[in-house]
Amino acid sequence: MSKTWAIINKILPFSCVDGPGNRLVIFLQGCNFNCLNCHNPYTISLCQNCGECVHNCPHSALSFENGKTVWQANLCQQCDICIKTCENQSTPMTYRYSVDDILSVIRKYLPFLTGITLSGGESTLQLPFIQQLFTQIKNAPDLNQLTCLIDSNGYLAVQGWQKVASVMDGAMIDLKAWDTALHKYLTGRDNQRVKDSIRYLASINQLHEVRLLLIPQQSDLHNKVAEIAEFLNSLPDKPNIRINAFHAHGVVGLAKHWQSATQQDVERFASELQKQGLNQITLPSVYLV
Amino acid sequence: MVNMTTFQQQCYRIVTDSNLSAKQKTNNLALLAENHLPYVELDNQTEQALSERVICDMYEGHAPYKPRYVLPDYSLFLQQGSTWLELEPAQDFDDALNMLTIIYHHVPSVTGMPVYLGCLDTLLLPYIGNLSENDLYQRLKRFWIMLDRNLPDAFMHANIGPADNIICRLLLRIDQELKQVAPNLTFFYDDNLTPESLLALAIGSICQTGKPHIANYNLIANDFDETGFGVVSCYNSLPIAGGGSTLSRINLKEVALRSKDSHDFLTNTLPHYCQLQLKLIEARSKFLYEKSHFFTNSFLVHENLIKPDRFAPMFGIFAMAEAVNILQEKANLAGRYGQDEQAQILALKITEQLADFVAQHNVTYGWHNKAMLHAQSGISSDHGLTPGVRIPYGEEPDPVNHIMSVFAHHKYYRSGISDILTIDETIKNNQTALLKICLAAFKLGMREFTANVTGSDLLRVTGYMVRLSDIANFKAQGSRTNTTVLGHEAAEDRSGFLHRQPRVISHEQNMGNY
Repeated sequence: MSKTWAIINKILPFSCVDGPGNRLVIFLQGCNFNCLNCHNPYTISLCQNCGECVHNCPHSALSFENGKTVWQANLCQQCDICIKTCENQSTPMTYRYSVDDILSVIRKYLPFLTGITLSGGESTLQLPFIQQLFTQIKNAPDLNQLTCLIDSNGYLAVQGWQKVASVMDGAMIDLKAWDTALHKYLTGRDNQRVKDSIRYLASINQLHEVRLLLIPQQSDLHNKVAEIAEFLNSLPDKPNIRINAFHAHGVVGLAKHWQSATQQDVERFASELQKQGLNQITLPSVYLV
Repeated sequence: MVNMTTFQQQCYRIVTDSNLSAKQKTNNLALLAENHLPYVELDNQTEQALSERVICDMYEGHAPYKPRYVLPDYSLFLQQGSTWLELEPAQDFDDALNMLTIIYHHVPSVTGMPVYLGCLDTLLLPYIGNLSENDLYQRLKRFWIMLDRNLPDAFMHANIGPADNIICRLLLRIDQELKQVAPNLTFFYDDNLTPESLLALAIGSICQTGKPHIANYNLIANDFDETGFGVVSCYNSLPIAGGGSTLSRINLKEVALRSKDSHDFLTNTLPHYCQLQLKLIEARSKFLYEKSHFFTNSFLVHENLIKPDRFAPMFGIFAMAEAVNILQEKANLAGRYGQDEQAQILALKITEQLADFVAQHNVTYGWHNKAMLHAQSGISSDHGLTPGVRIPYGEEPDPVNHIMSVFAHHKYYRSGISDILTIDETIKNNQTALLKICLAAFKLGMREFTANVTGSDLLRVTGYMVRLSDIANFKAQGSRTNTTVLGHEAAEDRSGFLHRQPRVISHEQNMGNY
């Protein structure tokens, strides 16, 4: 039987950066990458119920009952001390939502929405839930005008994409490095399946966007323009490309000291991609340097 | 200074101020003189409430001799010309622009400059003749520059829309190109008349300049008659050929502090201060209508461009957020205004009661003998007080939840209400998202849709615009634009709004400083 609930970190009813128009974004907890530059590392792991965060909560919103860390959202002041305490890259502040719960949230915000985007963490780790949710949206007369997108690191196998292909409208895939070894260093996993996902999604006309994160001196994207362009140009249609500029705000660990990508870096990279015939490129509207 | 009276010292300080222009000094001197007259006659209770600032007269002056906001029927003016100004009816586009340029100088308001420029596309369309798009562009651009330079007051407000036309599109384009503080701009949206492509143009403009405000035309039109309405100054909707005679406002926070609990607030204290505010409004209107001779003397009245009975006193309120939070605390409830459902229910009950009070009570001088309820958007002396029924700065939820927690109030505030949505700069890459939100907001019943997109030099202060770069330069150089002076002052406000979010509160009279 399909999974009808998910562990969710956050739901935002307003997002203009996760697909076309205004989108309700559901951030699912848990990720299979461990990126050095992760901006929200507390979404990587599921809570292991170690209870470490409970004592530190200044608002008594956390307690430890029957071996479980319990979070009371109504007492929480969102001070994030629990996140800073957690050594497992997790958070006690997650919700368990059923498909029906999500559908009622969507209905609440319906007049404002162009569509739904599932993000994370890595949302495809809870694929059966996504499959259920999207199916129900597509089957509901009042909801089926909403577009259903998945924002993913691309590690899902082709067989996984096939399970949701008929109920989704597209996916945004991050390509974090071109070289496999470097990708493994940056994320903990190689990028063969990422490239496979891009190819497969393009072949079924569901590649909404390829996202390229520019990290000066760390990623190799700006040094591999020819290879990347050859790869992207080999797809049946020229893909939409979004260049994201790395900035160190909110990053923890090693990447905190990495250099941010400047507007100049991004524009140079974009113009090199354009020279290779890739024209549908979106640049950041803001640079945090 | 030796041997000067206090009054002389105050005058001296204005005259020798190193930053005010000569004109700004003249205005301040005039207001100072007015305020040396005795206040219009008030009973003791009203006088006490005013001196304790539970009710506030917006520092309009002790002896009102001109209406606060005047909305002449400019279309009639262009058709008939003016005997008093010795002008023939407009024959062509150049005539029309020239005549408007002239009459604006004769339209009084609380700021000493016109707060309403007319619905410019509707006004000018009959005079286009054979002019090409480029001809119109050149003329309108010069006109726009003239407005900003000659009438440097950002409370000055133009309207455009709702129908699609060349002038509407050109003015949106020109306003976006020039990025001027003045004039402020409201675009009327009507779901039957306005094509989505035109709304998209307005939304694109918001992403660049924070202008225009978008007004829900049908919803507002329902509150007015066929002569129509204008949106003037900051979010005030008022009758054309009339206006707002005077504006007083109740500080709901002070009323809450004087209440035992929400029951006491609703049944005793609020009705009490509503009565006192009504008395204040009566006293001020009586002086304006009976003593000042404005309505018997002005050529605007003689030539039917305004009618005394189309002016309404504005029954304002502010600090709803603080009032609700205080009443919640008195009931030992933690939920805050803008966040909590119970708090929102209480707020709406307060609004409904205010609307009911205004509907039930007649005024001697007012459009249909009524005052009009107004959610007032603040002056710079309001420290720790949130404008109108807005959510306090820094406590706003995301734009969608923001709209959902305030929209229900909008239909009650017939002479204007405003909420400013703060939108991240990333919206520039996805303007359909803002368009979608705007349409949904109107469907729910928002009166006006106003968004501040972060990162632009033009910054909204309550409803009018200032340039951040002007504020930075002001101390050293003074400023051509009246409202920059006010914006500078608001920016220095102790709440440090500029450091948090790109918005501050307003100040329409800076008399308190001298």
